[in-house]
Amino acid sequence: MGKVKKKVKVIKIDLDKCNGCRACEVICSAFHASPKYSSSNPARARIRLIREPLQDVYLPVYAGEYTAAECMGRDKYVIDGKEYDECSFCRASCPSRDAFKEPDSGLPLKCDMCEDDPPQEEPLCVKWCINDALTYEEREEEVEEEAVPDEMETGLKALVDKYGLQNLMDSVARMSQKA
Amino acid sequence: MMRYAETGYNLEIDLSRGNIERVETDPKLTELHLGGLGTNAKLLWDRVPPEVEPFSPDNLLIFAAGLLCGTPAPGANRTIVSAFSPQTLFMAFSMMGGFFAPELKHAGYDQVIIRGKSPSLVYLWIHNDKVEIRDASHLHGKGAIETAELIRRELKEPHAQVAAIGLAGENRVYMASIEHGRSSASRLGIGAVMGDKGLKAIAVRGTKDINIARPDQFMELCNEVMRYIPLRDGNPIPGVMPILAGLGSPKEMLIHDEKWHTENFMWGNARTRIKDYWTKDVEEKWKETQESVRTRLISCYNCPMKCGAIISVPGISTYMMKCFSKLTYTMAAYSDLDFGFRIAQRATEYGVDGFSTPQVMAFALELYEAGILTDQDFAGMPSDNEGKFYWLLDRIVRREGIGDVLANGVYWAARQIGKGAEAYDHNTIKKHEQLPLKLSMLNPIYFLMWATGEKINITQIEGNFPQAPFETREEREAFVKDWVHVPDEKIKEYFLNWEPRGENSFPYYPTVEATCEIVDWQETMHYIDDALGMCAGLSSFPLKPPYHIHNFPILISAATGMDIDKDALWKIAKRNRTLLRAINVRRGLRREDDRPPENHWKKRFPELETRLLDAYYKLKGFNKEGIPTKESLHELGMDYISADFAKRGIDNNGQSEEES
Ligand code: SF4
Ligand code: SF4
Ligand code: SF4
Repeated sequence: MGKVKKKVKVIKIDLDKCNGCRACEVICSAFHASPKYSSSNPARARIRLIREPLQDVYLPVYAGEYTAAECMGRDKYVIDGKEYDECSFCRASCPSRDAFKEPDSGLPLKCDMCEDDPPQEEPLCVKWCINDALTYEEREEEVEEEAVPDEMETGLKALVDKYGLQNLMDSVARMSQKA
Repeated sequence: MMRYAETGYNLEIDLSRGNIERVETDPKLTELHLGGLGTNAKLLWDRVPPEVEPFSPDNLLIFAAGLLCGTPAPGANRTIVSAFSPQTLFMAFSMMGGFFAPELKHAGYDQVIIRGKSPSLVYLWIHNDKVEIRDASHLHGKGAIETAELIRRELKEPHAQVAAIGLAGENRVYMASIEHGRSSASRLGIGAVMGDKGLKAIAVRGTKDINIARPDQFMELCNEVMRYIPLRDGNPIPGVMPILAGLGSPKEMLIHDEKWHTENFMWGNARTRIKDYWTKDVEEKWKETQESVRTRLISCYNCPMKCGAIISVPGISTYMMKCFSKLTYTMAAYSDLDFGFRIAQRATEYGVDGFSTPQVMAFALELYEAGILTDQDFAGMPSDNEGKFYWLLDRIVRREGIGDVLANGVYWAARQIGKGAEAYDHNTIKKHEQLPLKLSMLNPIYFLMWATGEKINITQIEGNFPQAPFETREEREAFVKDWVHVPDEKIKEYFLNWEPRGENSFPYYPTVEATCEIVDWQETMHYIDDALGMCAGLSSFPLKPPYHIHNFPILISAATGMDIDKDALWKIAKRNRTLLRAINVRRGLRREDDRPPENHWKKRFPELETRLLDAYYKLKGFNKEGIPTKESLHELGMDYISADFAKRGIDNNGQSEEES
């Protein structure tokens, strides 16, 4: 496969500039409400501020991939003498914690960079972080051409996680025979 | 029925019986009072008769999240805590920022109404629909900040928000506060009421939606506010002292320059002005102190301003601070900033009001020097200056020895001590300690605000109108150019013609009528904020804030679906203000209580002051005794107050023609 150009969207997070306001959570949850902005609820945000004021821990974390199983072990970071809780830096929507799940259904949440039509100028959490703890940049990268996992693939993966590959393949085979 | 901005539910907690109820509220009340302070006042009027003592199980302690808390409106995060105050015996409403109110809304409640008394120390755990009264005996005597940490850990809920009292509240110290991280509800002894109820803390966690009625319109305004804040804050108003030139509460955590406070506010028991205090040496030393202990500037929920700070003084526990408590202990003790940061840590854990407490201690030491209090009262007190303050603080919060008397605040302590101690109570209004200010020429605007403010705290009534006239006409003209905030163009004229010297200066300018209008505007903005849960730092307190009387009606309408215009909003604020007055009138408040300390200004003008008060009362619809009249109550839809007054023999007939 050859090289292709790819647009990489980057949110830069400067922990020193974070004042702990949670405006990022507020606007993210409002944006993703349906209809748009019809409600707000930080528990639904795809960004979560981990905040331990007395330890001076201020850490905005973005919701990443859903994972079916928790890690085999845990990470605990110490940076500048500050100890971060286990899993602090992890973006996964994971069975071991309640972060990045819809509060009612438990369905996983994932940051979609505020995908919108027409597109937003910048992610809304960045827009509402006027202290610039969050800043946004786009850059182009040359990458090996690869099949980017599309939505169907992600969905299938979740099904594989749930039912196992063999079951899924059997089902698909049955379905194609019927068709 | 779908409720917007509000949740439509209150929690009713009876601590005597351990009873918990979730009660749907009447949407009509929102139309009449909005929420927050307004609905708190209505509850206190309806349910607590004036005979009820503050430390009675029948006193209510109400935690309200303002109407806009939990919506994306930046800065809407105030919790309004109300009860009858043990210190003033009137209605107390103390407010705190931080994160508590939005969390409460997301848990599904607008207000938590607490009555009765628990037989043992408990805390309340609100987690969405699950509400429990839990044992807190293991938290006895624990610091307020420490308590919050312990509760979060015990519940395994790092996202729970906690409001707690320290030892002072448990011991019913009249200056006890309710602490919540970087914020506190400090004034008027609200923490003592919480302690009296046996309630150590409230922890809350909520994950429900708050709905917006007209999302697009609402967000457009919120985005505008977010755009305006950095523009306005990045362009400080020239000629105004640094802490007041931008937005937010006074930026005490950011700014080093304390020339204005240290040279204009009084040191000790509101006693001495030190004119040339702010030397280069002091400046350097204080700057170094501040930078070495301030770890980070921090905000409240959904607000980009950074009015608070994390303070880590080597060797003592980390805590959070905001505003002026940085200087109150320092100045009361004639000490330095390092001392201020150190003692404030202990005071925060104890949970005491940073305005009143230092003054009570300085007052005690004055009485000692004057021989009114004796060695016996101070047996065991260290001899060094700072040590004395730590010692006194410890005695007060434990109510030990002389501390038991001082714990009732300057006014009551002076009367208990007697022997002329009353003369040293020279800085209280309605029995409550005030900012340590003693000035020269009577300021008619501030005269009215100090005298009549129902909050009994100047920062909760002053704000949108500049505190002092600008030197030149050009400066004034430049200032009014983008002054869209005024409710009426007249206000601009008052400001343009206001001179530092000569005919158009204090005390006869602004004129009586203009003064009343200026005060009315500033007060109205605070009442709106306090009902909405909006931080005064983005609205009623600074000059040219993002929120004002012209965009609030649109914002409130879009959030709630009600249709409110400027006049309707003004009327609601007036209704709330009048209701508060009525509540206090029923508890004995009269004209004679509406006055600043005798020595607040050197130059007083009794005849002018009488005219000011008369005119203010008239504008507010009060009679000459400061009692809301039948007509004004009728116009505000509160005839029920007149009926109650009549039953109690309170005369609220209006002013007769020849009198007015
Ligand atoms: S909006 Fe910015 S400053 Fe506020 S919590 Fe989020 S990252 Fe921190
Ligand atoms: S980029 Fe958009 S979707 Fe992702 S966290 Fe920020 S606001 Fe939410
Ligand atoms: S202006 Fe300051 S005090 Fe007000 S909400 Fe913002 S950070 Fe808090």
